[in-house]
Amino acid sequence: MATAFGSQFSALRGRKRERWSDLSPIRKREAKFGFLFIAPWFIGVLLFALFPFVASFVLSFTKYNIVAPPKWVGFEHYQHIFTDDPLFLKSLRNTAVYVGGSVAIRILLGFALALLLNTKVRFLGLWRTLFYVPSVVPIVALSIVWLYVLNARAGLLNWFLGFFGISRIRWFADPDFAMLAFLVMSTTWVGVTMVIFLAGLQGIPEEYYDAAKIDGANMAQRLWRVTIPLMTPTIYLNVLINIIGAFQVFTQVFIMTGGAPRDATRTYVLHLFDHAFQYLPPQMGYSSALAWILFMIIFAFTAVIVASSQRWVFYQGAED
Amino acid sequence: MSAISTPSANRRSDALTRATQIIGRILLYGILVFMSLWFIAPLFWMFMSSFMPLEQVGVFPVEWIPRVWQPENYTDALKFWKFGTTFRNTMIITIFSLFGDIGSCTLVAYGFARFRFPYRDTLFLILLATLMLPFAVRLIPVYAAYDAIGWIDTFYPLIVPNFFGNAFYIFICRQFFLGIPQDLLDAAKIDGASEFRIFTQVMIPLAKPAIVVIAILSFQNSWNDFLGPLIYLKDPDLHTLAIGLYKFTSLPGQGGIYNQQMAASVLMVMPVLIVFFLFQKQFIQGANLSGMKG
Repeated sequence: MATAFGSQFSALRGRKRERWSDLSPIRKREAKFGFLFIAPWFIGVLLFALFPFVASFVLSFTKYNIVAPPKWVGFEHYQHIFTDDPLFLKSLRNTAVYVGGSVAIRILLGFALALLLNTKVRFLGLWRTLFYVPSVVPIVALSIVWLYVLNARAGLLNWFLGFFGISRIRWFADPDFAMLAFLVMSTTWVGVTMVIFLAGLQGIPEEYYDAAKIDGANMAQRLWRVTIPLMTPTIYLNVLINIIGAFQVFTQVFIMTGGAPRDATRTYVLHLFDHAFQYLPPQMGYSSALAWILFMIIFAFTAVIVASSQRWVFYQGAED
Repeated sequence: MSAISTPSANRRSDALTRATQIIGRILLYGILVFMSLWFIAPLFWMFMSSFMPLEQVGVFPVEWIPRVWQPENYTDALKFWKFGTTFRNTMIITIFSLFGDIGSCTLVAYGFARFRFPYRDTLFLILLATLMLPFAVRLIPVYAAYDAIGWIDTFYPLIVPNFFGNAFYIFICRQFFLGIPQDLLDAAKIDGASEFRIFTQVMIPLAKPAIVVIAILSFQNSWNDFLGPLIYLKDPDLHTLAIGLYKFTSLPGQGGIYNQQMAASVLMVMPVLIVFFLFQKQFIQGANLSGMKG
């Protein structure tokens, strides 16, 4: 998909725009069928992407509680968010911790595991399955199980850490550890990222490594000079997907802590969700403003990554 | 291995490399075993503790094997948890969504893959861009719209959008269609088949592998969905498994019944795991396809 972005952009740049009137009757017929086939998606995009996208922007300037029609308040919400909502900054900081931590975990651990599995290891299918299983388990069930894994008194994790002489950590009672608990939990979800990396690694031609070996490159050099450059499109894709996902972390936090202790695990989307669906009366306008700020943040991150990709992402045989 | 033996290579360094190789292998399998245990232990414990007597669940140090096997944890859990109702609701949502996803995504993917039309590439870029749109931005207006047309406390908000295509599934399916040789289509066209007949009778059968991948992703998506049912379904009779399980564990007075909570979790997880083990290859393929070149 990373490559898809690249090639789509270049296709757009390279091609001269076709006008409807320039098309031959046969091509017009073809185009009509094309539009017909994509019509469901096109309607869907208008209904479920464009409309809410614009509407939430408009709503962010209003007071809106669903029951009564929205009332225009201008920049009041934004002003309030930036000057008078301590939980905004707090939730943003918590989310930043989660994004930084979980994306690093997914990329590093996912890549490391994929490298291990790409070493002509025996029972490849078995290991891959074992690493992938937690990623298919419903998040509700995982959250419930992890509540006990992270239980301070009798949990599996404290039991395990005990072997290393680490005394019991009160994961969800101690604000310093609560966010870390979610990061520990996220280590078991690297399955999808790992599989994508593994597919990428398997796509690297053996000859490249042979050539590097002949040139006298050792293992570290082969990793740094051959594997990683060739994997940059896959790394790019995984970083992008995981950052966007991590910014929106919600379900496990909602189920396991609800933001406790003392808002130490209140994430951004949880904060936004509470304003829209937990508080009475619902503050949909305020929540929309929060949503748009989140969108801007994610957009900025995405834009920086996409823009920087030309410097560090290498496409092999990029021509179509 | 294309080892190039230099004249100076002697037996000692050979033995050394073999030793490092063996140590490397031991290390490799050691890490793999450790990581597998790390990934699987919580789920294994969930399964085991679902059969334990309650007093054993909170024991420290942790115990893994039930002292007494108590299958009645399951029947007890079912008494408090409307498993039948939530299971049925989840099935309804999952199956309709599945058909919606397969129908719309194959159709749209075929349109993008096999027809030339103005703005096609721009539209496809928009499709990819919608993958990056955070759900939080869409949440409120969509909720308000459903509220306005009276769809809150119905399954429609969870089913209907799937009939309008999912960007990710469309992407996967388009990749697949692009790989089907054009000759096959030309042959069908020469035979005078209409565009829709070519689609339903030539392309769909050929696209079976991609459809299986979409079906699995769609199933997993509906089955595991939490936020959607949480905000759209307030009536307990409409709750899905995910919501039912959440409510069960947060019932007042139920908070401490860990063994039953684990039993309930196992019940929800089982169908997904069965589907996963049956269609493992397609699960992996689904993940792979997203990383594929396009």
